[in-house]
Amino acid sequence: MNMNGGQALMKALENEGVDILFGLPGGAILPVYDPLIDSSIRHVLVRHEQGAGHMAEGYAHATGRPGVAMVTSGPAATNIVTPLCDAYMDSIPMVVVTGQVPYAAIGTDAFQECDTTGITMSVTKHNYLVTEAADIPQVIHDAFYIATTGRPGPVLVDIPKDIVDPNNPRSAMEWYTPDSHDLPGYLPNQAGDAELIRQAAKLICEAERPVLYTGGGILKSRGAEALLELAEMTGIHVVTTLMNRGGFPDDHPLCLGMPGMHGNYTAVTAMQEADLLIALGARFDDRVTGKVGEFAPLANIIHVDIDSAELGKVRRPDVAIQGDCRVVIEELVKALKEMGGSEAQPDRNQWRSRISGWQERFPLTYEQSKGDELLKPQYVLEQLRDSTPSDTIVASGVGQHQMWTSQYWKFNHPYTWVNSGGLGTMGFAIPAAIGAKAGRPDRMVWAVDGDGCFQMTAQELVTAATEGFPIKVALINNAYLGMVRQWQEMFYEERYSEVYLTRDVPDYKMWAEALGCVGLRVESPEEVGPAIAQANEIDDQPVVVEFRCEAEENVFPMVPAGMSNSDVVVDPSQRDQPR
Amino acid sequence: MSAADGGGTTTLVVRVENKAGVLARVAGLFARRGFNIESLAVAPTDDERFSRLTIVVGVDAAPMEQVVKQLDKLVNVVDIRELNPSASVERELMMVTVRANPEIRGQILDLVRIFQATVLNVGYDEIMVSLTGSPSRVDDFEDLLLPYGIVDVQRTGKVALPKLVKAAPDPLAP
Ligand SMILES: Cc1ncc(C[n+]2csc(CCOP(=O)(O)OP(=O)(O)O)c2C)c(N)n1
Ligand SMILES: [Mg+2]
Repeated sequence: MNMNGGQALMKALENEGVDILFGLPGGAILPVYDPLIDSSIRHVLVRHEQGAGHMAEGYAHATGRPGVAMVTSGPAATNIVTPLCDAYMDSIPMVVVTGQVPYAAIGTDAFQECDTTGITMSVTKHNYLVTEAADIPQVIHDAFYIATTGRPGPVLVDIPKDIVDPNNPRSAMEWYTPDSHDLPGYLPNQAGDAELIRQAAKLICEAERPVLYTGGGILKSRGAEALLELAEMTGIHVVTTLMNRGGFPDDHPLCLGMPGMHGNYTAVTAMQEADLLIALGARFDDRVTGKVGEFAPLANIIHVDIDSAELGKVRRPDVAIQGDCRVVIEELVKALKEMGGSEAQPDRNQWRSRISGWQERFPLTYEQSKGDELLKPQYVLEQLRDSTPSDTIVASGVGQHQMWTSQYWKFNHPYTWVNSGGLGTMGFAIPAAIGAKAGRPDRMVWAVDGDGCFQMTAQELVTAATEGFPIKVALINNAYLGMVRQWQEMFYEERYSEVYLTRDVPDYKMWAEALGCVGLRVESPEEVGPAIAQANEIDDQPVVVEFRCEAEENVFPMVPAGMSNSDVVVDPSQRDQPR
Repeated sequence: MSAADGGGTTTLVVRVENKAGVLARVAGLFARRGFNIESLAVAPTDDERFSRLTIVVGVDAAPMEQVVKQLDKLVNVVDIRELNPSASVERELMMVTVRANPEIRGQILDLVRIFQATVLNVGYDEIMVSLTGSPSRVDDFEDLLLPYGIVDVQRTGKVALPKLVKAAPDPLAP
């Protein structure tokens, strides 16, 4: 079939199962926006290309399918660098198509030319500059394959205008449907080594104080069920990192919650005291380990990861297994069963009672607001958690509100937590929530956002309003870049430098209304529940609920940066408790 | 000791797809991880789909493992061999133009003979010679030419292959 490169691009995307595309047109990508009109793919017109990228990420978080964004060259390509880096850090499958100046003009400083593949080389899993129209079907096929297999990640495809422009003879091509990949340097491996899995099973059967340290690889490999089986069979407690919230149910008696800088005391301490850490799809990030040299000093390490470069990168494992988390866990469960299953697990009652002791002495806690104090953000999050369906998808920005959301929400279903972990990108919440809603229109989607974050990407609420994505935003207005304020309070002797945002400017309610949303404002605890109920009722428009919160509230527990996890600082009310 | 003396260096032989931009990906990865490339030789292989990079880096063992693993993750990198200098044969080519007025040309030709180097070109008061050898032999030759005045020198960076097995196969083995 004869066609032009632009038509081939749309057809190739359709063939990959793409149902929705987040983007914004411009000169270099213009020719592709014409065949888009005739395509089955829905296009969502964003207000800023960063929004398109985060929407694609949110879509991928919520569905497991690759998110796709399409933008033009130059400034549009640079606008989408942040989401690419975000997706790279958090291993999110995503394909981004960028327009480029005509092939012959590359390197001439043409209008809106930038070296997109050069700029994005270090923040993509792979990228392509396509030079011939005939390469488009194969490159798109390869791009999706690379984005979604092995350790997932973003792939960028840069397309010069002339090869998609029907008025240019260079765009003429004959369609073909690629059915294979010629990628001799890319051979992702799923299965773990059987002998190493047996060694791991043996270590597990010998451990007195084991902890399952589970990361984003659980969700990426769709391994939540396998993890549940492993935990229940062995009776081993589970910590879920920021990237694996929802990968193991918070309500489960074996769940210890989030570890790390703002993790639960028990999750942090159990890892410190463990004699075996079973790291599954986790990468010993500095926010989890604290001072690496003093992290889990007594523990043997079993480390399972699809990416062999993670094995030994931070902490040398005793058993290193390269493979897909789900596949390896399933094999591990089999090996453990052969050794006697739950019968073969040693008596760990002492360990269990130490854990429950920590849980009793150091639960998450905060002081309710008194008198005319403003709201406590923790209270808002508890209310929100308790008055929304349990499968609600929650997206968050970056800052204190993000940590409180991860701490206070009860994640009982996989793929309900959408957040920016590795890069910590302020402004992630709103566009990511839109992407999640696009992927899961059947679910209620709340974004929990900070006042600082909100001001970075609020314009995408226009996209939500006009394109019909009735997301809800819980805006934690604490008048500050709160997380930075907290650091200045704790580590810079309360010398506050450029962290005050103001309480009343902008007027968030009016702004929300101007953006096409319903705007609500809540100041007292009694109003919180009714406002959430009101927001939950609205399904034909996005809603922004501004919660006016105390400015001085801090996130605890906290392991100060660079300190040992053994020095975790607990809530002021718990500081007299024996450790 | 400089890296060229073989002190604390590792040689990586990296087979890559012969595609535009691959060298930038490899070099960029070294730069991002804070590694300085001591020398780099790029050449086609017998299979035109691939090229071979011979990269000499000065490093400690632990971060080297990380670089190799990260390199291996590049989609265009097909395979990587780490060559230990003692277990490989290494060669480098040097072309050098030396000041050599007619009175001292003979001294330089002596050195050329001793090192089995090759005269490539002769001018009135200059001479161009080339030498292929192990990097340390090339270093020695360059050091000896230095006092005469080197006008121009070009070294390729080393290439290497693993040493071959010396022991004969066991005649009784099946
Ligand atoms: C794009 C970006 N810029 C700066 C930062 C550094 N930073 C981390 S948290 C934070 C404050 C966020 O403020 P806000 O959205 O109001 O959230 P809060 O901490 O008050 O809940 C800042 C500035 C960042 N993570 N991302
Ligand atoms: Mg704030």
